[in-house]
Amino acid sequence: MQRRSPTRRAFLGSSALAGAAWSACQAPAPESTADTASTGTLGSPVSRYGQRSPFENATRGVRTTLTPEAASSRTPLDETYGIITPSALHFERHHAGVPEIDPANHELMIHGLVERPMAFSLEDIKRLPSVSRVHFVECSGNSGGEWSPAGAPNVSLSHGLASCSEWTGVPLRILLEEAGVRPEAGWILAEGADACLMQRSITLEKAMDDGLVAYGQNGEAIRPEQGYPLRLILPGWEGNTNVKWLRRIKVTEGPQYVKDETSKYTELMEDGTAWIFTFEMDAKSVITRPSGGHSIGSPGFVEISGLAWSGRGKIARVEVSTDGGSSWSDAELQAPVYSRAFTRFRLPWEWDGAETVLLSRCQDETGYVQPTRALLIEERGTKSAYHCNRIKGWRVAADGSVTSAEV
Amino acid sequence: MRKCRTVPILLLSLLTAQAIGAQTYGLGRPLTADEARRVDITIGPEGRELPEGSGTAADGAQVYEVRCKECHGDLGVGGDQAALIGVPEQLKEARPIKTVGSFWPYATTLFDYTRRAMPFEEPGTLSDDQVYAVTAYVLHLNGIVEEDFELNRETLPDVKMPNREGFVRDPRGQAGE
Ligand code: HEC
Repeated sequence: MQRRSPTRRAFLGSSALAGAAWSACQAPAPESTADTASTGTLGSPVSRYGQRSPFENATRGVRTTLTPEAASSRTPLDETYGIITPSALHFERHHAGVPEIDPANHELMIHGLVERPMAFSLEDIKRLPSVSRVHFVECSGNSGGEWSPAGAPNVSLSHGLASCSEWTGVPLRILLEEAGVRPEAGWILAEGADACLMQRSITLEKAMDDGLVAYGQNGEAIRPEQGYPLRLILPGWEGNTNVKWLRRIKVTEGPQYVKDETSKYTELMEDGTAWIFTFEMDAKSVITRPSGGHSIGSPGFVEISGLAWSGRGKIARVEVSTDGGSSWSDAELQAPVYSRAFTRFRLPWEWDGAETVLLSRCQDETGYVQPTRALLIEERGTKSAYHCNRIKGWRVAADGSVTSAEV
Repeated sequence: MRKCRTVPILLLSLLTAQAIGAQTYGLGRPLTADEARRVDITIGPEGRELPEGSGTAADGAQVYEVRCKECHGDLGVGGDQAALIGVPEQLKEARPIKTVGSFWPYATTLFDYTRRAMPFEEPGTLSDDQVYAVTAYVLHLNGIVEEDFELNRETLPDVKMPNREGFVRDPRGQAGE
């Protein structure tokens, strides 16, 4: 059976050789063996938990800082395919490190303005009606470097604080209704079980609308860095509100003005006032291939591909320009397009070898169009730091090398 | 056959449950009042949740020296971590400086954050008196309270931060508005 399939045979051949190369202290990869018949060497046996090929080496981008526990790591978006970010490459932003939590000792407490203060174990939560939904999570500081004209040099640095997963969990509404929300309630406070007990105030409206208490990510338990064993998912809302290691929900009348919704995650305007509770992530798109740091090689066919997402609904349209914005073409949106999720777009392109700038611009189902940097600055000035969703450009030089373009 | 009988009963019980606001699934356990009180450490802007205890800036200077200075610097500036002092005028500078003194709208937030999250490597190890004291000290460094001002659950909520009026609700509008 196996031997009759050419692809299977080629794969077996190359992976057997690959294994040999790997164990020989990472000798250079062998020449292409596509035409070689079976080597007659058996491959590895079955295993309990799979690993990626030793030839694959995409990693999260990490910058060395004094406090790596209060830091971020970035998804290499140009090395992910489709719309799902591998869990191991999902970006991180922690404020006091990743706690190690034994789910047997973890409960979600709900109290405050409720009829019946309650605690739910993981077992309880998994018995309740669950749903799976594909949603992006994006740090509101993502693309902070794009406030500058030059922008960040590659897509991991410019847009890598965003990732997309299939999350499985119980609608927060169900848990709140079990506790019985009192009529005077207007907000909730969600708190994590990390060292700093990170917390955020969230409107009751959002909590009841589509908040999810998630225990699953991409088919398995949520990764520790993403909040194991429980994480709040608030589709489309800035990453920090999607509280990880969720341990407590207090139902309140108003917001609590905690550190991460006053000192941080607020946008300073030119007049010195600041916007507070800027929850929704506006529509954004970026071309991931080709993008900064890549080289196209020789003139000819190149598929342009990228990601678009909006915190306010589905992506309705993505346009791509291959001539620095003089003309725009509609890119194809890969179905299915989910609400508040990464949407993959693609456009076939024939590169003629001349220097040019590639741009993408998206529109969401509310009609909102991704702005230019100039428009965003006109609205918010240059000091708001967070929520930068401007159009990003990549310059393709005549030698095929790709860098960030000033837009 | 069995299904035909249980479905309407289940539906009926769901409806009744919602009408009287009772539980639908009967899972989870009641959280005791004592348990809820122990974990209810978030301090809102009215300070209703503030614990017993007190401290002055004079007391807090010692706490700061031992537990905060190595990261936040002498007198709240010049450390490797965030400066803790400033004035709102600095928000209009070309490179705005956002600090407790220049930016934070509520003093309750400083108490809450220090108690839950600082010192960075040993969060939760300060006594409530120490948190009151070091909060008073940081406020004093910012010229917001006198050195002998006693901070406690009565006085803390009345401390007015310089940038109290500096925040406006997100004007971007919701989808579809
Ligand atoms: C080991 C270093 C360290 C020590 C010691 C330390 N801090 Fe911090 N502090 C930090 C770090 C790191 C952050 C930022 C955490 C984050 O990213 O959320 C921070 C943030 C803060 C902030 C928020 C600043 C802002 O404007 O957002 C305050 C206030 C603060 N610390 C107060 C204190 C106090 C009071 C003490 C002493 C009781 C203390 N810290 C001790 C490292 C330290």
